[in-house]
Amino acid sequence: MALRWRTSPTTPTPLGAIISYLILGFWTFVVLFPLYWLVITAFKLPVHVNEGPTYIPFADFQPSLHAWRYILVDLGNDTLRPYLNTVVVGVTSSILTLMFGAAATYGLSRFTYRVRLATALLFLGFAVLAAVGIQLGLPWQLAVAGGLGAFALARAGALRRVGGPRLGNADIAFWMISQRMLPPVAIVIPIYILFQRLGMLDTRPALVVAYVAANLPIAVWLLRDYFRTIPLELEESAAIDGANRYQILWRIVLPLSLPGLVATFLFIFVLAWNEYLLALFLSSAKAQTMPLLVAAQNATRGPQWWYMSVLILLMIGPVIALAIVLERYIARGLLLGAVRG
Amino acid sequence: MRGIPPVTTPQRRGDAVAAPARRIPWSREALVSWADRQAGAVLVLPAVLVILVLSIFPLLFSLYLSLSRFQPVAGGFRIHFVGLLNYRKLLLGSEQEHFLGRIGELGFGGWLAFVVLAAIGLVLLWRSLRTGPLSVSRIAGHTVVAVAGLLALWLAIRTVVATGGRPGTLVVTWAYVFGGVALQFLVGLLLAALCAQQLPGRRFFRVVFLLPMMITPVGVAYTFRMLTDTGKGPFAPLANWLGYANVSWVNDPWGARIAVMIGDLWQWTPFMFIVLLAALESQSPEPIEAAIVDGANRWQIFWHITLPQIGPVASTVILIRLIEAFKIFDMPNVLTGGGPGTATESLTLHAYVLWRSLDYGTSAAVAYSLLFVVTFVGIAYVRLVHRRLTEAL
Repeated sequence: MALRWRTSPTTPTPLGAIISYLILGFWTFVVLFPLYWLVITAFKLPVHVNEGPTYIPFADFQPSLHAWRYILVDLGNDTLRPYLNTVVVGVTSSILTLMFGAAATYGLSRFTYRVRLATALLFLGFAVLAAVGIQLGLPWQLAVAGGLGAFALARAGALRRVGGPRLGNADIAFWMISQRMLPPVAIVIPIYILFQRLGMLDTRPALVVAYVAANLPIAVWLLRDYFRTIPLELEESAAIDGANRYQILWRIVLPLSLPGLVATFLFIFVLAWNEYLLALFLSSAKAQTMPLLVAAQNATRGPQWWYMSVLILLMIGPVIALAIVLERYIARGLLLGAVRG
Repeated sequence: MRGIPPVTTPQRRGDAVAAPARRIPWSREALVSWADRQAGAVLVLPAVLVILVLSIFPLLFSLYLSLSRFQPVAGGFRIHFVGLLNYRKLLLGSEQEHFLGRIGELGFGGWLAFVVLAAIGLVLLWRSLRTGPLSVSRIAGHTVVAVAGLLALWLAIRTVVATGGRPGTLVVTWAYVFGGVALQFLVGLLLAALCAQQLPGRRFFRVVFLLPMMITPVGVAYTFRMLTDTGKGPFAPLANWLGYANVSWVNDPWGARIAVMIGDLWQWTPFMFIVLLAALESQSPEPIEAAIVDGANRWQIFWHITLPQIGPVASTVILIRLIEAFKIFDMPNVLTGGGPGTATESLTLHAYVLWRSLDYGTSAAVAYSLLFVVTFVGIAYVRLVHRRLTEAL
């Protein structure tokens, strides 16, 4: 035995094992105790909370379902509507993010893109001009059409001959992923004004659109590695058999990367489920999501912890289940992403 | 059907959106074939458009907003261009105390701390400069980092250590980011190193340690509010016994900030843990075995072999967490409401408070300041630390 310990560096000595278990056990307590407290508080009567802490159900206090009844039955629709909003917005935005992200990532991993930097800047310039035009009172249809027309003309004319640096696949992928660096607060006010002008504030579609934009960089980042692992030979033989690009993507690439797609979907679903800042700006009553409902508890009713605990448990139940299922994928996905940067 | 080129060959030269080379009769087959040749553009375009419309344009508009005064009027809004007035307000005007903090009088200890920390920083920068060629761009880059670092240190010390000083949202955000990420990394590394051993029950710890990362931050914030209550929380008897029964952490600025940081530590240590664990488990065993043959002890192996091996991954998770931590919002907003006063407000929360009071221009200026700081720290970190660690391999 002694020899084995010395030769396998990942096997701890007995003393090391005891110390390891002590530290790991301590952190397990740190992680689980808040969750335990949440669960028992959800079954407490107000009197069990207000008269100082009680710790053990049945011994310290008699568990009661009153908070659950109040939240689920008495409040009924006021709880159900935000819950439904969160589910609908989460699922819809994750599906759209996955579709756009998978298409873009596949394109970036199989095609060669060489966009002239000048073209991209020119497009941005005309877009800004169009925006200024709208600000000065032009009808937006005219401004958009004019901007696009001018861009097309300029591209067909002058730019053909201009060289300049070109953006390759790596640049485009980096550009997409680097959007994650952007603090959301730096872009949320214009998005708020945009949806206000469109009359879309406090609607589910507004949240869906915002979440797709927010989570797309993560989807591209995670999916890049899954698509790299699919052998090119399969796609080549499919192409020889007469399949077109979209058939190859739909029939071969997507089925083969299904585990990665599922993991990515669940990951961005959790992000959308937990999102708070964008929801705070873009929704108030009709499209209210669960994080907003929970955060609003304090303002409306004071710290009524038994109700709040029930709401928090309802909100985090699904993600805890997902976390346990996803553990393996998350580690792998994050590591692959982290190594590539 | 037209022949389809092999998948590996580059599809196009020039722009991603190019016109078809020659005219094909309009038929279903021709349409399919045309769509097939445009596949590269079709696949990428939706994502590019989404990011353009919802990231790049808002970002440009935000910049304009931060340089203007925003007035909501009936049926719309009016925007006046005011130049750098909003930034002036943050740095010198009515928002200075909120944003930068209140500058206090520095005693002897404060000056000593400033001089010592500044000297350490400058020596480290000098040594980093000496490792490479002395080109103009490298000297300029290191000088910029040195000046920015000295300014930041001066501001932090004058507002935190000095008597009568009070840190503003900028310094508080730095505390959350640098203090929080350092703690999360150390705890995450310790737990990952322990879990990488051959211990029965490892899988249980891995799943449990992952949980906090997935839990809604708003829920975490409220749970920590319950736990830290000195009257009704689970640790109330302990606080009572220690004589802190009537001391409420909510009313103490640093108590509240530390509560926010503990909540953040609880939530984000799992991210560090899970990535570092995966890195530890995928390191190659040969160098370790060779070191054991040479008689190295565990600590030497960890310090000289394991750490350099996981260096690139460690550096990357720190970079990711640095960038993400600058966006901190949910935890202070729900846990403390930014209070007491504005003591726990982060930059994002500051921008949100200004937005709620309809001061869109200054709010955008705060957001842009945050963007500037994140970008600066990100680039400086990549240039000074990240690149060296990833190139070492």
